[in-house]
Amino acid sequence: MTELRFEDVTVRYGNRRSGFTAVDGVHLTVPAGEIVGLVGESGSGKSTLARAAVGLLPLHGGRILLGGKPLRQRTGGTRPVQMVFQDPYASLDPRMTIGASVAETMPRRRAGGTRRIDRRQEVSALLERVGLAPDRAAIYPAQLSGGQRQRVAIARALAAGPEVIVADEITSALDVSVQGTVLNLVRDLQRDLGTSMLFISHNLAAVRYVASSIAVMYLGRIVEHGPTEQVLADPQHPYTRDLLAAVPDARHTLADEEDEPTVRAAHDAEPADPHHPPTGCRYHPRCPVGPLILTGRDVCRTTDPGRQRPHHAACHFPGEPVALPTPAGASLRTHEQGDTAP
Amino acid sequence: MAMNTPAPARTRPAPRRGGGWLAVLRTPVGAAAGLLLGAVLVLAVIAPPLWHDQAATINTGDLLKGASSAHWAGTDNLGRDLFLRVLVATRLSVGLALLAMLVAVVAGLLLGTAAVVVGRRAARLIAAVVDIAVAFPGLLLALFFAVIFGVGTTGAVLAIGCATAPGFARLTQTLVAGVVARDYVAAARIAGVGRIRLLTRHVLPNIAEPLVVNATIGAGSALLSFAALSFLGLGVQGASYDWGRLLGEGLDGIYVHPAAALAPGVAVIVAGLAFNLFGEAVAKRIGLTGTGQPPSRGRAARPGAAPTARTSAEASTDVVLDVRDLTVTVTGPDGPVRPVRGVGFRLLRGEAVGIVGESGSGKSMTVLAVAGLLDERLQVDADRLTFLGTDLLSGSPRDHARLLGSSFAMVFQDPMTSFNPALRVGSQLAEVSRRHGGLNRRDAAARAVDRLRAVRIPAAERRAYQYPHEFSGGMRQRAMIGMGMMGSPALIVADEPTTALDVTVQRQVLRLIDSVRRSAAVATLLISHDVTVVGQVCDRVLVMYAGRIVEELPASELATKARHPYTRALVAAVPDMRSDPHRPLPVIPGRLPDPSELPVGCAFAPRCSLADDRCHRHEPPLETDADGRRVACWQADAEPRRGSDFDSRADVTPPSAHKTDARTHSAADAPAAPTGERP
Repeated sequence: MTELRFEDVTVRYGNRRSGFTAVDGVHLTVPAGEIVGLVGESGSGKSTLARAAVGLLPLHGGRILLGGKPLRQRTGGTRPVQMVFQDPYASLDPRMTIGASVAETMPRRRAGGTRRIDRRQEVSALLERVGLAPDRAAIYPAQLSGGQRQRVAIARALAAGPEVIVADEITSALDVSVQGTVLNLVRDLQRDLGTSMLFISHNLAAVRYVASSIAVMYLGRIVEHGPTEQVLADPQHPYTRDLLAAVPDARHTLADEEDEPTVRAAHDAEPADPHHPPTGCRYHPRCPVGPLILTGRDVCRTTDPGRQRPHHAACHFPGEPVALPTPAGASLRTHEQGDTAP
Repeated sequence: MAMNTPAPARTRPAPRRGGGWLAVLRTPVGAAAGLLLGAVLVLAVIAPPLWHDQAATINTGDLLKGASSAHWAGTDNLGRDLFLRVLVATRLSVGLALLAMLVAVVAGLLLGTAAVVVGRRAARLIAAVVDIAVAFPGLLLALFFAVIFGVGTTGAVLAIGCATAPGFARLTQTLVAGVVARDYVAAARIAGVGRIRLLTRHVLPNIAEPLVVNATIGAGSALLSFAALSFLGLGVQGASYDWGRLLGEGLDGIYVHPAAALAPGVAVIVAGLAFNLFGEAVAKRIGLTGTGQPPSRGRAARPGAAPTARTSAEASTDVVLDVRDLTVTVTGPDGPVRPVRGVGFRLLRGEAVGIVGESGSGKSMTVLAVAGLLDERLQVDADRLTFLGTDLLSGSPRDHARLLGSSFAMVFQDPMTSFNPALRVGSQLAEVSRRHGGLNRRDAAARAVDRLRAVRIPAAERRAYQYPHEFSGGMRQRAMIGMGMMGSPALIVADEPTTALDVTVQRQVLRLIDSVRRSAAVATLLISHDVTVVGQVCDRVLVMYAGRIVEELPASELATKARHPYTRALVAAVPDMRSDPHRPLPVIPGRLPDPSELPVGCAFAPRCSLADDRCHRHEPPLETDADGRRVACWQADAEPRRGSDFDSRADVTPPSAHKTDARTHSAADAPAAPTGERP
């Protein structure tokens, strides 16, 4: 397994006039043999970054290095970066047996030289590796549950003998009762095979379970990146804190949570439109420590925070707890009350 | 134990290959069309060798005779038997039509699948060419090509083939575009599968069915077009003849002996019908693949239901929904299957109740049955089913629809599919008040904006004029809740409302549901597979397993005082920020049994670490304790075994679990029993 490094990667969709930048100058390193968790909400560019890494999308700027060398996506050959998709019901060809799906990814040269029976053994070994009975290679995806399909998808990615695996929200289409089994499998693979992996999810509780470091993405940019324990114990960026607070916990009802209207209004704000990203800090229209709530923080509106702080936090006021409202917030509160009155 | 576990192979059949096609012959239309098509094809094969010579025999004594017993369709101007000539012409007519269709299919496939194989720019060019060609009427193109390729059989085949090709190419393009966007094609690309292989391995097999159906129907029209060309003298030439040519020759004397023109005409119609009907029958069949069995009767009260229980006076005014012994029955291939078995619960005004369970446990079906939204094929029985004191088991469906329309709000998992994408959000909300509230257009629109504001949609006036696709996922879900609040709802049912959403948006939506409930005392029924979501919002939680309620308890006791092993397992299976990241996550081994193959005894027993003999033999009843909590488990009072997966958080997994890791996982979402693992 090898290190995967994103250097100033930019990906744009559409043309010059109507297009938008989904990934904007991302620096990120997936060290050899480690799992990096990438969290963020839908539309933050996580999946775009994943698809760029496996060559499904062209880069608009920057480069992706694999083991120090620029990643070249050969067409017609096995690619060194493999991907596991979110929806196991869409990512397996319904008309191919799971064995055929797994075998398809095996490097052609080797497969051509070996006998069919060796290939079959290899498929069996892979299925066993992901916790499926090896004699089930001949069945179709329709006969499997969501969790089992996701195992097949992981086996398929492993079959290519990849340097790095990109796992794009691989648990979010599954029942919570099954998510654990897939997370356990990911951990086992990392421990036993030393798989390097970019593990994408919007669920911090899942990422925390498998990743050694966490990168938080917001509107196409990495806003915080650091070792898992540090990021979770001492989050620097307010968006990371927001994500942490949003992780559901059966022991807390929503009524228990702080209900400060201004903070809540910031939480209830819509994610910004990627077609028209905000100026300065991209998080400022939703930020509980930003100019909406606190006066005198116009710097957030005007200046891009950069990434020179602890955890590479892209915030002018990193690590600040949520502050009490000031008059600027009070006007927001009356507005909000007017809205909610039935 | 082993015998009770379902083998997954039987519960979920493999995609049928060919089975769908043969099944067509079992429908009346399909059988008739198949028979007709078979007859036409057989005739095309056997007619020429049998009757060719007779049909070519010139009999100068019988020129231009009408129909008679000797010549069923009369004779032509050389005294040849027209009926035999029509029969013999079958081969040429059908053969040429098929040949033309073959040309069309090959050309259409090449053009339609080009996008997968060639570069982006070339693909765009080809798409443009196809677009232009599709714009011309087929027959016009055929005539045009017939002139280019020259008069004659070859020319006509090419002409009709080329004229049909654009339509076929367009269909192929559309289907290919649908398949290419799927993840498995992306996965194959990443795997390094070449373009041609991608086409043959992944794309073509997945678009083959509609294409074959269309080609069959296309053969029918090719037959007609060919007859038309021959009729015009552009088709078959010289000594050979097909139906079109016979028709053209017969038409000269149609007033003298009509049979000469009618016989080939009838032949064209019969053959054309055979192709078209067969194609349609197959298309219909394929379209229906996956739907179940013939319908049984719809809603019906169980015969044993006590009639006294239906008076509204008896119902307490605080009870919003009262369900007793609700059962949903599907008629399966092996007898009736019950996905919901005897579910009963009460919902009071302003109360929030959650239903949790894995996918397939019958949660959604329970509420759909209550709302009367289940498919007619499913039979709903209950001892009692009242909503706001009105009995939903009797009375007119129209009254029920009115009551439910104004007082019952439903929020679904995917807000994209629950809004009509072609209508503005505001007018979809207003529609509710105009139909159920009797408001005029202006008042309804004003109320829609007001409700959108109430669910905290910023700039509600502007948003009301937008279409659903302009809303983000969380905002659509809020608008959906706003739609439920257009009337004055007494009950909001939210079926997995946040499963498709991010955690931050999930919190927004859950808070909104919570505040709606508190402000307007609306009863809330929240369905989720995620026990933490339910725990955050609800007062009480119903845990469902295999169609039954297995436990009911206050939400606050979910994490600490659950008595059913399944509830404890569900709570333990969800990773939260406190679970120890250095140990494997506890998982529930095995998987939910299929409703058609429920084990004897407790349905959870095969997956339960506490199960003993009694659990495997007798199904535990749902018993209510002094505090109103209910549980259906023989082991409810047994101390959770130390080291079991269902223990409280602190000692989740025994140390040994580390070593046997892989084994635990492999069993995790496969059936528990080793015999069940293998299909």
